[in-house]
Amino acid sequence: MIAQRINGALRPVPTGLVYAAGLLPLGLLVWQAATGGLGVDPVKGIEHRLGELALQFLVGGLVISPLRWWTGINLIRFRRAVGLLAFFYVCLHLAVWLALDLQFRWAEIGADIAKRPYITLGMLAFAAMIPLALTSNNGAIRRMGAAAWTRLHKLTYAVALLGALHFLLLVKAWPLEPILYMAGVVALLSMRLWRTLRRRA
Amino acid sequence: FARIEAKASRFSTDEKPNSFEEISNYNNFYEFGLDKGDPAQNAGALTVDPWSVEIGGLVERPGSYPLDDILKGVTLEERIYRLRCVEGWSMVVPWIGFELRTLLERAGVQPGARFVAFETLVRPEEMPGVRSRILDWPYREGLRIDEAMHPLTILATGLYGEEMPKQNGAPIRLVVPWKYGFKSIKSIVRISLVEKMPATSWNVQNAREYGFYSNVNPAVDHPRWSQASERRIGSGFFAPRIETQLFNGYGDQVAQLYAGQDLSVDF
Repeated sequence: MIAQRINGALRPVPTGLVYAAGLLPLGLLVWQAATGGLGVDPVKGIEHRLGELALQFLVGGLVISPLRWWTGINLIRFRRAVGLLAFFYVCLHLAVWLALDLQFRWAEIGADIAKRPYITLGMLAFAAMIPLALTSNNGAIRRMGAAAWTRLHKLTYAVALLGALHFLLLVKAWPLEPILYMAGVVALLSMRLWRTLRRRA
Repeated sequence: FARIEAKASRFSTDEKPNSFEEISNYNNFYEFGLDKGDPAQNAGALTVDPWSVEIGGLVERPGSYPLDDILKGVTLEERIYRLRCVEGWSMVVPWIGFELRTLLERAGVQPGARFVAFETLVRPEEMPGVRSRILDWPYREGLRIDEAMHPLTILATGLYGEEMPKQNGAPIRLVVPWKYGFKSIKSIVRISLVEKMPATSWNVQNAREYGFYSNVNPAVDHPRWSQASERRIGSGFFAPRIETQLFNGYGDQVAQLYAGQDLSVDF
């Protein structure tokens, strides 16, 4: 079976390699920023790219379970790395917004968080990721117990929805890219719902 | 490009203009795509010669005005204006153009005309962006007649001493420096003098966010962006944000146009 061959080939791969690969886009971004490869408005370029990467890792994390159910390919071992990379990019995205875009103008930052739905939702998503990141280690699973830990980490679903919504609401008009992310997240969550309902029936 | 001769203007700012590179590679022109790099990428195929502007509605001399003919009767000036985008960024652009009012006077404005409506070219085979229904094409904009007749309001045909780059709205576009950039409609094919406030594209798309006037105003928030400050494009990673000025700093010249109006209602 192809799935078994893939699983076999992945067995010796250390998770450290996933972290390293996940940092490559950041390396590329830094290189582009340093060499003027980000065009006329590099701050916006960096900010958007970091947000996009966070969303991509979030979606990537959601793909892992359905992939195992439907194809037998098992990437569960790498899911923590994918999730922590998503959190890492969210933190950088937020830091660039605060430091380079709004430049610590706290009055405007506070007003933005309170008044602009897309920023409110983005901040909510960030806040919801903090407990997930803090418990993404074996000690936390032991202390919390697997059931409670799994329940907490279902928060990922809300984070992904909030993230996709954050992107969708920030753009003018209705361009394709944020719609695709939202469709992807909704599809991946629907698969879970469908499976749960079917199992109950 | 042929070098265009243009007189200096007392209306020019002495702020440092953005580079030609910045101005011609970073702008919104949704007819060529949604990304700010798309216009530069995709506008090459646009045919700008021959070009004529249909002037109609409440005018004495309606008709199709060829661009050459329009330019014969005017004095071109260099107008270095601040440009403030509703998205919160800004530039300084050395436009070349002439006052809109000279063209309107040539067409003969009838007394009943209270607004001016403008339309952009729609040519799907040269404008890949219009194949998607992002906006209800053609792109439409409008001004009240006193705004249109104001000496700051120009039709621009060039920048940096050269013909207008296609991505910036060649061959002829509006520039209204005290309003958000989207009011300054590009690649104009139709100008109509009308009695009633005309429909404008962004207002039709989202009336809550984009009013007819769309004057730059730090005190009136856009629902999704604070308008209190702006980032000047091209000033580097750590350049401080700039406080946005009422009427984009042109209040001395234009504030009296809105005397008695509540700008948070007529936004």
